Amino acid sequence: MEFLHAIPFDQLLIQTVNGIVTGMILALVASGLTLIFGIMDVVNFAHGELFMLGAYAGVVILAATGSFWVALVAAMLLIALLGAVLHVTTLRPLLGRDPLTTILATFGISLVLQNYALWQFGPVARKIPEPFTGQFTLFYLQYPWYRLLIALLSAAIIAALYLFLKFGTYGIWIRATTQDRIMAQAMGIPVPWVLTGVFAIGSGMAAASGVLFGPLVGVNHAMGVDWVLKAFIVVVVGGMGNLGGSILAAIFISLLEAYAALFVAPSQAVIVSFVVLILTLLFRPTGLFVPTPK
Amino acid sequence: MSQNGATAGPLLKVEDIHSFYGKSHILHGVSLEVGHGEVVGLLGRNGVGKSTTLKAIAGLVRPSQGRILFDGRAVAGLASHRLARLGIAYVPEERRIFPLLTVGENLRTGLDRHGVSKTERQVLLDKAYAYFPVLAERRNQPGGTLSGGEQQMLAIARAMMLEPKIVLLDEPTEGLMPRMVSQIREIIDALRREGVAVLLVEQNVPLTLEAGQRIYIIEKGMVRHHAPSAELRADPAPIHEYMGV
Repeated sequence: MEFLHAIPFDQLLIQTVNGIVTGMILALVASGLTLIFGIMDVVNFAHGELFMLGAYAGVVILAATGSFWVALVAAMLLIALLGAVLHVTTLRPLLGRDPLTTILATFGISLVLQNYALWQFGPVARKIPEPFTGQFTLFYLQYPWYRLLIALLSAAIIAALYLFLKFGTYGIWIRATTQDRIMAQAMGIPVPWVLTGVFAIGSGMAAASGVLFGPLVGVNHAMGVDWVLKAFIVVVVGGMGNLGGSILAAIFISLLEAYAALFVAPSQAVIVSFVVLILTLLFRPTGLFVPTPK
Repeated sequence: MSQNGATAGPLLKVEDIHSFYGKSHILHGVSLEVGHGEVVGLLGRNGVGKSTTLKAIAGLVRPSQGRILFDGRAVAGLASHRLARLGIAYVPEERRIFPLLTVGENLRTGLDRHGVSKTERQVLLDKAYAYFPVLAERRNQPGGTLSGGEQQMLAIARAMMLEPKIVLLDEPTEGLMPRMVSQIREIIDALRREGVAVLLVEQNVPLTLEAGQRIYIIEKGMVRHHAPSAELRADPAPIHEYMGV
């Protein structure tokens, strides 16, 4: 462990903060994905495109209204509505069919949405300006407050989801449907609409992360691809359908990548997540973390 | 749980329903009727289609042929959540408690619906907890941690939250201790006193003959015999014939 001494403490701390910030955004993307998988057994390959379209909706609404916060909320609602429409038109007719058909359907949606964005917005990346530009000094770095705010907002949205699932009437409907879809329906719960609602919630969360993440990377039609790949890794490592596990896995993997970036180029550090994925699949295929109650 | 809006005819009328699981023909034309507030027993050996009949009424199995009339309205083919809202409550043989929801949350799945005021909800909950005090004690415990008998009570209490006009009970006493069996018996009587009809599928013949007013005996997916329970209590020959007991 000689090499560890070569890493200055300040760099380690900066990477810890970076890892947690990225981890929280990733957790926000992944929790929508894992929610949709957990309740519907649908692996949503279009999730990244909902994230991307959310960011574009943010760009457009921000240009029209001038308010980042209006853009954030409106993009969430708009993409949630899009998710509901996609679910009713594409996924609901496939209910009860082979899971492969839903994979192909969502993959098809993802291609359509991606090329729609390319056609509509062109190949040049758009920028969402940060809602405020304040910075604080972290050792030798000027660290933007906005990054910390993203982490907090992501945590707040996830916490709101958790409270909704735990105490809300519709939250109880969602959990009942996850546990026994047939009995939920026999208790009068309109299961087809619960499924649509969950897809809409997951889509809205993807859109929120798109808007929050936009100021950091720039918005383009392919931005969803990388993120959703990472989100899939997180969902598998955290245990498919396990919300708490996904959040822990998102932070865990982001921290590992951030630390790895101290030794290798950041683009190579991505390898770490794949290694974690492969090890998880080999040794703990149900997920690294203990299941949390649904 | 009153008989308001009751039509003149029977509450539930099943006419010649057929049903298939894959290629095997399970129901070969079952017909039966349940009146408002009536307790009707459905007897028969294992695998003759009793449970499938209940599932067809609850909308969980779609009959390939035949009619189901509820309150005079054709309901075959309606989604089961619509049937639940119309007043058909289903208590499956496997109980199917939501294992990770608490007892209270299990009850809420039936309570949280349109048009139930806060007071009405409390009245319904209090009533369920009065019938089943053990559920009140365990209201914050996950349903999956209850014993078999407690799960059965929760399944019945959960069905009652729907304020049903009829409860479809599938083998409620299966595997229960005698004390629990008599409690189930009391609940069936209580439902009847409140004007709730019960369609009871059972292997327990004495209980069914006591609790039910009329009995249908099913064999090979068809109703073979139909009589008031008093008649079968006096002369149990048809029961011996079709059930071999």
